[in-house]
Amino acid sequence: MYKQESEEQKKFMQRLKARKRLIAVLRILLLIFIFACWEAVTWFNFLDRFIFSSPGRMLNTFIKLYREGSLFTHVLTTLWETVVGFLLGTIFGILIAIVLWLSETCSKVLEPYLVVANALPKIALGPVFIVWMGAGPAAIITVAVTVSLIVTVLEVYTGFIETDSEKIRLVQSFGASRKQILTKVVLPSSFPVMMNALKVNVGMSWVGVIVGEFLVSKAGLGYLIVYGGQVFQLDLVMTSVLILSVLAALMYFGVQLLGRWISEKY
Amino acid sequence: MVPAVSVHNISKRYHTVDGEVPALDNISFEVSEGEFIGIVGPSGCGKSTLLSIISGLIKPSSGQVSIFGEKLTGVNPKIGYMLQRDSLFEWRTIYKNVILGLEIQNQVTPDRLKHVEYLLEKYGLINFRNHYPSQLSGGMRQRAALIRTLAVNPDILLLDEAFSALDYQTRLAVNDDIYKIIKKEGKTAIMVTHDISEAISMSERLYVLTKRPGRIKLAVDIKFGIENRTPLSSREAPEFRQYFNKVWKELDVHV
Repeated sequence: MYKQESEEQKKFMQRLKARKRLIAVLRILLLIFIFACWEAVTWFNFLDRFIFSSPGRMLNTFIKLYREGSLFTHVLTTLWETVVGFLLGTIFGILIAIVLWLSETCSKVLEPYLVVANALPKIALGPVFIVWMGAGPAAIITVAVTVSLIVTVLEVYTGFIETDSEKIRLVQSFGASRKQILTKVVLPSSFPVMMNALKVNVGMSWVGVIVGEFLVSKAGLGYLIVYGGQVFQLDLVMTSVLILSVLAALMYFGVQLLGRWISEKY
Repeated sequence: MVPAVSVHNISKRYHTVDGEVPALDNISFEVSEGEFIGIVGPSGCGKSTLLSIISGLIKPSSGQVSIFGEKLTGVNPKIGYMLQRDSLFEWRTIYKNVILGLEIQNQVTPDRLKHVEYLLEKYGLINFRNHYPSQLSGGMRQRAALIRTLAVNPDILLLDEAFSALDYQTRLAVNDDIYKIIKKEGKTAIMVTHDISEAISMSERLYVLTKRPGRIKLAVDIKFGIENRTPLSSREAPEFRQYFNKVWKELDVHV
């Protein structure tokens, strides 16, 4: 590494930056292009606006929802259900993985149950939860938790048992207790795995909440989608899906930022 | 004088579903304080098992180990263990890595930290204390691993193929480096290796083990007619070749 950057290095850095900018611009252009095409084909009636909606109509729907004041109710309902489902699924998933790691007997006994639970489409339990917990947010959140929980347990537990055995031997040679092995080696070395599980869980909890809302809700984006479909208001359906994708993306980036913040801190 | 380490009739059998595997058979030897002992043997002869037993990490099937006359019952703070790979934690800085043992033993006291500071300073890692392991060369990482072991102030060091992950040139340099540090700090050392030259260049006495189950086949006292021997200067001594041939013959390597 030279203090004085050579011409070649400068040029290389410039090329790298230019390429990054180009990619960012192309990404935005692609989005604009898709929306423009969509607007155009429905404008000229190549596709039926009533069935395919259009960006313009979606914008109108969005403004209408906003004026009615129901936009925030729906968004917030779905958002808090998702965040709660996500947190519960992740926290309990990691806790269960820790218990499994602490007791090998426990993990051996539970292994076939976990495999079946993982293969089972958890959505199938939706009606059961509704009967048990009533048609409300509790049932919706439970669906979201079950969808993300088992995946978290399996993924995080796999991360735990793949911890470098030499590192464990090393701390054992210092006389570490089982708890110290967990906190000094297993948890920090599984941090990337846990972050990954968190990212997967963002998607999982959205799935759980939307399906839950399909089944029972009186408010929320899932409710809007089902309602829109039933009354043939595709504008409403498309607008809700678009809002949903923006929210999901924001939550994903939020988790990513959190991960970076934690790994910088420790 | 009480020997630092006394290994008395140690045998070890491993139990698997396919049956019993004898790993060590009736091993006995003694190590005086300040001695550097080498153990060589064909691969799979149980050398590493022997070291794990001395460290207290695993229990022998029969026999016993005494440390300064006291029967060993488990992991003992008088013993420091260095493993094949440096096993530095990539998420911790060098400083945090070096005090890992102190943290585990609840010994993070100003006195101990001062000692760590001294070791880092003396062995040239003080400027790298806030670096991460990935930013260090193989030799420096090994030195950091040694300081991590020395930080808890053990009297006896166990080196389990501690250099075999390094490339040849680095290894020669690290051998010299680590040897000098161990001698300067006045530690007793037991080193297991499959590298005959490494064993001869570093040890004062060498035990050759047989194939599985490992038994002591030969004990060789290694003396060079040079002053202040170091691993590098030992390799150039005229006796080196004779020792090498003797051990090589006893190892009875067939391909």
